[in-house]
Amino acid sequence: MAETHSLQDLQQPAVSSKVFVQRDYSSGTICKFQTKFPSELESRMDKQQFEETMQSLNNLYAEAEKLGGKSYLEGCLACLTAYTIFLCMETHYEKVLKKIAKYIKDQNEKIYAPRGLLLTDPIERGLRVVEITIFEDRSIGSGR
Amino acid sequence: MSQIQHAVPDAPIRYTQICTRSSSCSSPQTSSSAAAAGTEPPSCTGHRGRTPRRKWQVFPGRNRFYCDGRVMMARQTGVFYLTLVLILLTSGLFFAFDCPYLASNLSPAIPAVGAVLFVFVMGMLFRASFSDPGVLPRATPDEAADLERQIDSTGCSKPPPRTREVLINGQTVKLKYCFTCKIFRPPRASHCSLCDNCVERFDHHCPWVGNCVGRRNYRFFYLFILSLSFLTIFIFAFVITHVVLRSNRTGFLTTLKDSPVVVCFFSVWSIVGLSGFHTYLISSNQTTNEDIKGTWSKKEGKDNYNPYSYGNVLTNCCAALCGPLPPSLIDRRGLIQADTPQTAHQSNGTGGGSYAPTQLHSHMVGGYHPGWLQHGGGTSCQFCCFHAAKISFVPLTFYIY
Repeated sequence: MAETHSLQDLQQPAVSSKVFVQRDYSSGTICKFQTKFPSELESRMDKQQFEETMQSLNNLYAEAEKLGGKSYLEGCLACLTAYTIFLCMETHYEKVLKKIAKYIKDQNEKIYAPRGLLLTDPIERGLRVVEITIFEDRSIGSGR
Repeated sequence: MSQIQHAVPDAPIRYTQICTRSSSCSSPQTSSSAAAAGTEPPSCTGHRGRTPRRKWQVFPGRNRFYCDGRVMMARQTGVFYLTLVLILLTSGLFFAFDCPYLASNLSPAIPAVGAVLFVFVMGMLFRASFSDPGVLPRATPDEAADLERQIDSTGCSKPPPRTREVLINGQTVKLKYCFTCKIFRPPRASHCSLCDNCVERFDHHCPWVGNCVGRRNYRFFYLFILSLSFLTIFIFAFVITHVVLRSNRTGFLTTLKDSPVVVCFFSVWSIVGLSGFHTYLISSNQTTNEDIKGTWSKKEGKDNYNPYSYGNVLTNCCAALCGPLPPSLIDRRGLIQADTPQTAHQSNGTGGGSYAPTQLHSHMVGGYHPGWLQHGGGTSCQFCCFHAAKISFVPLTFYIY
């Protein structure tokens, strides 16, 4: 019984708090998040690591919204087919969103989960914020 | 005997059901006993159906969803059906009465081109009407609480300012706080009071299309009015041609007198005028909202310019029409997870109860306004309003004979 209880504790750590990284609109309406390191995370992780994660995310979103030959071609082709082409293929934006989801999963596994943190994919919050959940530090004793 | 009678309770028997999350409820509550008892365990009601609910079913805005969340429209769709009827009727009558004559006397390409245009117009209309215009989902309770904390921490004794300033391309832009959605609106976003949603790059709420026009469906709306202009000009021109060719016997002026071409002329020009207006907006990368408010006009100040414009007409057009199509942020067809945070409700429930909505914002919180007059910060589809009275019966009068 005691064993089950502690196993449950390990599987469902309590949420201590949440940090929200807001959007950075200084470059216009493109999707970009602030890279400023939140003070609540100071005790948990490295500033540089966090900034690297945010910068990579920003770069990925910039790639999704990039205006260039490829996106124009896709747009024109879609228009000519009265947008029915999107019934069979994904838009460029959707492909990059999948890439972003994979990147966040990777980051969570490698960097954030071992530190008791969890990054939520911004698409689940309507691209408004990057939500970072800080879990209670079940420190040294229960580490398994 | 009396002892036995007393043993039977007078009050209806109460059954309390044990409902665990993992198992379904035992038997459905029998109406008589449950109703009499009035103590239905609340956790059971959600399990009765067993089919997981989709997010559109609990969407907080005032939209209507069809086809299990695939189609999204505004609440008032009467005018949309009118648009549909007008286009179908006009085109139908053209194909039925004018095309046979034109195909045999002039060229069969005429009905062919007409058909292609018609299909394109309908496609774009459906796309503009049925897609998500770029609705911003409302803040989760945690987010809303976090924002409230941030706002309150900066203020003093007076109610704290609910705006944020940001410098975009050298221009100072004010971001306003939306009391309904509990977010700071991104630049160019606006709250539509008809649909009760914040919409990205809000252009206007179009009753003819039955939806807001925003970031995700602006290009469809524009292509709709552009192709409709071509279609109406096409139909107009060929109806005139038909009239002219037929009037060899009766005389041109007599035939013209009988057909209300003057009224048709107005309807063609109103749609063409609207297309021209939107072409101007696209080339300068402005929204109807911004143009009507004069946000970027030189009258506001000498240094006032549009920071979103790419400086080049061609780039502005390409960006608006051929740029990447952003995905819907509201995930209408997603299934509701048990641990999904519910969005913050309109009433100030969680925290932040110290700030009461000011009069300025009261029109956004609840309340319905006639769509023609005021919404989304004062923008209505003015061109649409202006021409509504004139166009409503026009296409029917194309065909007098």
